[in-house]
Amino acid sequence: MTYNWNWSILINDPYLGWLVDGLLWTLAVSLAAWVIAFTLGSVLGILRTTPSPTLRTMAATYVEVFRNIPLLVHFFLWYFVFPELLPDAAGMWVKREMPLPAFTTAVVALGLYTASRVCEQVRAGIEAVGSGQRNAGRAMGFTEQQVYRYVLLPVAFRIIVPPMTSEFLTIFKNSSLALTIGVIELTAVTRRIEEYTFQGFEAFTAATVIYSLITFTVMGLMRLIERRSRVPGMISLGSG
Amino acid sequence: MIVFDRVSKWYGAFQALNQCSTHVDRGEVVVVCGPSGSGKSTLIKCVNGLEPYQAGSLTVDGIEVGGRKTDRPRLRARIGMVFQNFELFPHLTALTNICIAQEQVLKRPPDEARHKALTLLERVGLIDHANKHPSQLSGGQQQRVAIARALAMDPMAMLFDEPTSALDPEMITEVLDVMVALAKEGMTMMVVTHEMGFARKVADRVIFMDDGRIIEDSQTDAFFGKPRSERAELFLSKILSH
Repeated sequence: MTYNWNWSILINDPYLGWLVDGLLWTLAVSLAAWVIAFTLGSVLGILRTTPSPTLRTMAATYVEVFRNIPLLVHFFLWYFVFPELLPDAAGMWVKREMPLPAFTTAVVALGLYTASRVCEQVRAGIEAVGSGQRNAGRAMGFTEQQVYRYVLLPVAFRIIVPPMTSEFLTIFKNSSLALTIGVIELTAVTRRIEEYTFQGFEAFTAATVIYSLITFTVMGLMRLIERRSRVPGMISLGSG
Repeated sequence: MIVFDRVSKWYGAFQALNQCSTHVDRGEVVVVCGPSGSGKSTLIKCVNGLEPYQAGSLTVDGIEVGGRKTDRPRLRARIGMVFQNFELFPHLTALTNICIAQEQVLKRPPDEARHKALTLLERVGLIDHANKHPSQLSGGQQQRVAIARALAMDPMAMLFDEPTSALDPEMITEVLDVMVALAKEGMTMMVVTHEMGFARKVADRVIFMDDGRIIEDSQTDAFFGKPRSERAELFLSKILSH
């Protein structure tokens, strides 16, 4: 096989600009989706542990529906099917006038899917804190909301920093599926560079390095959070 | 002050409490003992509504604990509770553990809460450990902080659920000393414990439970003099034989 290596295309115009744009779209989709995933996932995780059976069932149903549909199917459902289910005017708006339709849909699909996974981490964290702590909080006269705010969540969120790191990393990698509905993010520009230049190895190497840089940054950030929130003398909060 | 009237509780088909009737008057110290699984922890947890009961009536200061309209958080804020596993909040220092409910539940100003907390830490002999986290304290120290945390709410009664069962022998005394002092000050106390020395020393009455029932409920002297039930005799002979 003869292959003409040409790394210089990566810094040539317009390909370098494409890579930068791709990176920015990847970051935008992932971070916006993470905001949805983290917020909604935390609320759902809390609901899954409340004393109310109705709320628990609602949250459990959400999780089962959203995590059992493949992510790629989520993208297609939200992009192609969801607008058809809306009343005509609203469907038309989503298809024609909604700003950045592919981006918005990707953020929603990825965010809602990841929320179901975050939910389970949060639930596991709260359950790890234990019923003894819940009872201690109640015995002090805290309301249910106060028990969560002052007793369960501060410890639960500390416990789940490591698994949340995984979720946060995964959302950057999963964001590459947004290319299937037309978001020109990092993986999409990589393919495009290959199509224009036939330098696929260089393009995909660049993408790999950029994804790695993102994930290393995220890991560093999460480690910082873990260190900052560490409780003195505590080795494993979950065992307390 | 605490009045049980034929209180019954079921976990599914299993009956944990069977028609329990007794009372704890103001200033009285009542010890609840019995073999494990006899329902003594369940009984004490009913008092502040941590465990619901399905039949009978249980009132604290005239308020029906399980009542539909009872504001349980408000009632619980007036009853202190100390747990077997301390259950201090691990992410807070000893001082903050004692302050947080004063500030968030009783809405005391932070300065006042802090002053109260320091006074109580002094009293349980832990003033030097105010800024330590629970995991930096020994079991006995943690339990004394837990007692201070409960007292900070100025409770009308204190519940102790096997407060020394999770402690090493040498730490039991330091916790019992605090409890004895509290009893002598006239605090209303309901104590689930196997510490018969403590019962003999400060309890006004001893309740013996078995199989979800209150088998004996007698004055301390009478209980240790001659328990009337065979089951209580057997229990005492087992735990006092060493």
